[in-house]
Amino acid sequence: MTRHTIQLKINEQTRTISVDARKTLLDALREDCNLTGAHAGCEHGVCGACTVIVEGEPVRSCLMFAVQAEGKTIRTVEGLAQGGALHPMQKAFTEQHAVQCGYCTPGFLMLTVAALEKTPDMDDDALREVVASNLCRCTGYENILAAVRIAADDMRRRT
Amino acid sequence: MKPAPFTYHRPLNIDEAARILADVAEHDGRIIAGGQSLAPMMAFRVARPQHLVDIDEIVALDVLCIEDATLRIGARVRHSRFVPGAIAGPTGEIFAKVMPNIANYSVRSRGTFCGSLAHADPASEWCALATLLDAEIIARSVRGERRIPVSAYFDGAMSTTLAPDEIIIEARIPVLREETRTGFYEFSRRKGDFAIAMAIVAFGVENGRITSPRVSVGGAEAYPRRIREAERALDGAAPGADAFAAAAEAAAAAVDPMEDAVTDAAYRRDIVRAATRRALEQAMQ
Repeated sequence: MTRHTIQLKINEQTRTISVDARKTLLDALREDCNLTGAHAGCEHGVCGACTVIVEGEPVRSCLMFAVQAEGKTIRTVEGLAQGGALHPMQKAFTEQHAVQCGYCTPGFLMLTVAALEKTPDMDDDALREVVASNLCRCTGYENILAAVRIAADDMRRRT
Repeated sequence: MKPAPFTYHRPLNIDEAARILADVAEHDGRIIAGGQSLAPMMAFRVARPQHLVDIDEIVALDVLCIEDATLRIGARVRHSRFVPGAIAGPTGEIFAKVMPNIANYSVRSRGTFCGSLAHADPASEWCALATLLDAEIIARSVRGERRIPVSAYFDGAMSTTLAPDEIIIEARIPVLREETRTGFYEFSRRKGDFAIAMAIVAFGVENGRITSPRVSVGGAEAYPRRIREAERALDGAAPGADAFAAAAEAAAAAVDPMEDAVTDAAYRRDIVRAATRRALEQAMQ
């Protein structure tokens, strides 16, 4: 077993933490960085509640070891709002009632933000395909899709 | 922290990776790249490697190009790279048709093509495609480089002829002829779930007759394979409902389907029949 001192660039802040090799990025964020926005759901890559953005890509943080994220740029849901203003995706989720129990919400936010930053002009089929990556156990998918469509328009207008 | 303890290695080039793996292979040392299959298995402790050799920082493994009519796919090339237009011609078309069926958007941004070959899940789309396209697996160890034809690569469910100290560094795939038609059909219960069965096909049409037909069936048996009986039913036939039904019937008859608690052999055989026919129909669209 090995222990590693690593630097992670999270939400534009550099953090130095010491972790066992087997610690997932999810656990490192939650336990070592006090960033509990990424949620532990299934912890084997099925549900997507732990999704964060690593180097611009949506990543299931339960399937990445923290030591693999050394030196990489990470964004979590805590970094989405800028100076008190909600990200367009957060705003749309709020306004479209895309949140029921809220457990899956951070994962959906990071998934859809990453996908739309990569491909801003995604058509509706592609958006549905992206949203299908994560699970909402309240099954509130229609409102999630409605929010993502509105946020997609909003994000395109702002760029 | 669900995975069992392990020692982590991060080599920066292929030689170093091969040296480390040679040292730790006998202690259940494993290669990790994207980790989208290995990490879940470690979370369940189905896999408990004592050493992980992470090849994800080896930039030389990023190669994705066509050279001398051969598609080269390095071990760090992720599923999401195979978007329409990324690779020219019918080879690129079939990769782009298959890719969206793999897991989900996030997993595709991290998991790798060569990792799928190494994992060798019976329901792996890439394993079925590598089988269709006569891929060659380039395995590297301190003992040298070995080229394994895909026909000699799989030897059971999640089992391959790769030696414990060998790293897949690349897959090489002869590109399809320019006018080749391709089709893919997969059935699974849920979007992104494991396939119950799938078929991938490629063929030419010359003077109204099918030439060089290939049919690969995945998910039905322990590992994917070309179904020669279906290919014979297609060879020289006029493309259309009759030939496709005959090929689908031949594929259904040829497979020895796996069974599990919810899928019996007869059902999986039906799915093979339908998947083969639909893949052939798609190739004509």
